Amino acid sequence: MSFLQHDVPLNWYLLLSAALFSLGVVGFLIKRNLITVFMSIELMLNAVNLSFVAFAYQWHAVKGQIFVFFVMMVAAAEAAVGLAIIIAVFRARATLAVDRINLMKL
Amino acid sequence: MNPVPDIYRILPEVILTLTGVAIMLVDASIPPAWPRRYLGFLAAIGTTIAIWASVWQLSLPEGTGFFGTVETSAFTVFFHVLICGIVLAALLLSLDALPTYSHHQGEFYALIVFGAVGMCLLTSAVELLLVFIALEISSISTYILAGYRKETGRGPEAAIKYFLLGSFATGFLLYGIALIFGATGTTQVYQAARLAPVAQNQPLVLAAMALMLVGILFKVSAAPFHVWTPDVYEGAPTPVVALMSTAPKAAAFALLLRVVYEIFPHLRSVWEPLLWIVAVLSMTVGNLAALRQQNVKRMLAYSAIAHAGYLLAAFAGIGSIGIAAAAFYTAAYAAMNVGVFAVIVLVAGYDEQLSLIGDFRGLIYRSPLLGSLLIFFLISLIGIPFTGGFFGKFYSFSAAVGGGAIALAIIGLLNSGLAAAYYLRLALVTAQRPAEDEPARPMPHVGPAAIAAVALAVLVTLVLGIVPGATLHAAQSAAHTLQVPPQPSEAPGIPLQSGQ
Repeated sequence: MSFLQHDVPLNWYLLLSAALFSLGVVGFLIKRNLITVFMSIELMLNAVNLSFVAFAYQWHAVKGQIFVFFVMMVAAAEAAVGLAIIIAVFRARATLAVDRINLMKL
Repeated sequence: MNPVPDIYRILPEVILTLTGVAIMLVDASIPPAWPRRYLGFLAAIGTTIAIWASVWQLSLPEGTGFFGTVETSAFTVFFHVLICGIVLAALLLSLDALPTYSHHQGEFYALIVFGAVGMCLLTSAVELLLVFIALEISSISTYILAGYRKETGRGPEAAIKYFLLGSFATGFLLYGIALIFGATGTTQVYQAARLAPVAQNQPLVLAAMALMLVGILFKVSAAPFHVWTPDVYEGAPTPVVALMSTAPKAAAFALLLRVVYEIFPHLRSVWEPLLWIVAVLSMTVGNLAALRQQNVKRMLAYSAIAHAGYLLAAFAGIGSIGIAAAAFYTAAYAAMNVGVFAVIVLVAGYDEQLSLIGDFRGLIYRSPLLGSLLIFFLISLIGIPFTGGFFGKFYSFSAAVGGGAIALAIIGLLNSGLAAAYYLRLALVTAQRPAEDEPARPMPHVGPAAIAAVALAVLVTLVLGIVPGATLHAAQSAAHTLQVPPQPSEAPGIPLQSGQ
């Protein structure tokens, strides 16, 4: 019932969230495929969701949980647009490699 | 109790949303062969009504609606009018610039209007949940608009770069919001502002501020978060660039003002040096990179980064002086930037056959009107007196000096001199007599709607440069309302979360 309260302290959730967020940032920076880069961004958003839920539990405030629903909804809308843009890129260039999306350079 | 009906608090946004929905419905229900151009006039009319509604909101008592989520004050009205004005100019410009054969023209206008909803909402939101949603409404619309020329290779490339880096920045902003929620137990701006200085976990507040600043500085394309700007501006259609180099930035600067002056005023000793560094970096990096560009749109993209730096210099100003200077600079920058991109649309066309600086040689002989307008806007971007750019820089740097950041003002002035080099290069090329053996370039076609858009930009640039008093006064009252948030009793509905 209340295993969250007794067994796993809040800090651990926050550390996990921070670790996932950092993984997302690292993935965004080093991955070389558009889809993987996009997945890294989704990982960042979901790491933030974990933080929101943990804080909502700490403060006994339902606001944090509501926030999570809105983040998920916005992430879905963003995914729709993002995947459409990725398809447009693939149609125009026939590649998803980040290094080859380089028509415009300094 | 709040006597003002909640719906009045978001009247401009409601009008814009209805306009956008109406455009989508009409677009879907008329036969495919009919021209979609007139939907653009519908959008322009809706935006004009939204401007009127924003001004009307000034007569409302200042306060919040919808359980303390949206605010109307001189601050929100200032930015609403500015954003709707930019959107109106961009719509008029697109009316003439979009080729009649282009696909999905109705959706193009609807997306611009929906983007305007998000930007307006961003300036009036005083609840971080609404800030996040408004930011996404505006961003998602502009992501699509950036890739509108998808038959060229550069359109989708610009869109994907804008999309990936924009979402990346949103992730940081969102993490910052989560941490401020963790530190204070609320996401309402006034309550968070009250609780942040007394929160037990100050490192959490500090981290929240840092992450939110990263997210917002990405959106305003300040160095070192600027790398996406040149590519996106080069690949996106020029009417869209006129919009997205100004309106989302104005909204993001409004958010930045709200975050640093309203939520974190007690951390001024932390964010002021940070913004000082970012301002100097933006000016210097933007201007140095602009010097070596051959493509006009890329050059103006770097110039936009430099202008974000000049604007950030105003944040060194104390309290309402800094806010007023930043708001004024946003307006001046928007007017001249929309103007310069409007002229480039008219000269180069939607397909951009002319994109290099050399292509503008002898423009003043081919089209005296467009040539002199281009030179006028470039002069304003340099910051020569009697143009809006001069007073923008003047107030921004005086605010910095007033706040004790004299070195920042000096670096800004040196940078303005550096910037004059590349603006003057384009201006001189425009005024040069074309060589004998030069290939004939197409005569620009200028329609009445585009003339109206350019006239609007010229008028605002001149008004801000010759009689800046009225706008400065509006900016000062805006600054005042931001400095004095309403008393707790005016934000009903949300009891304070007192913790465990």
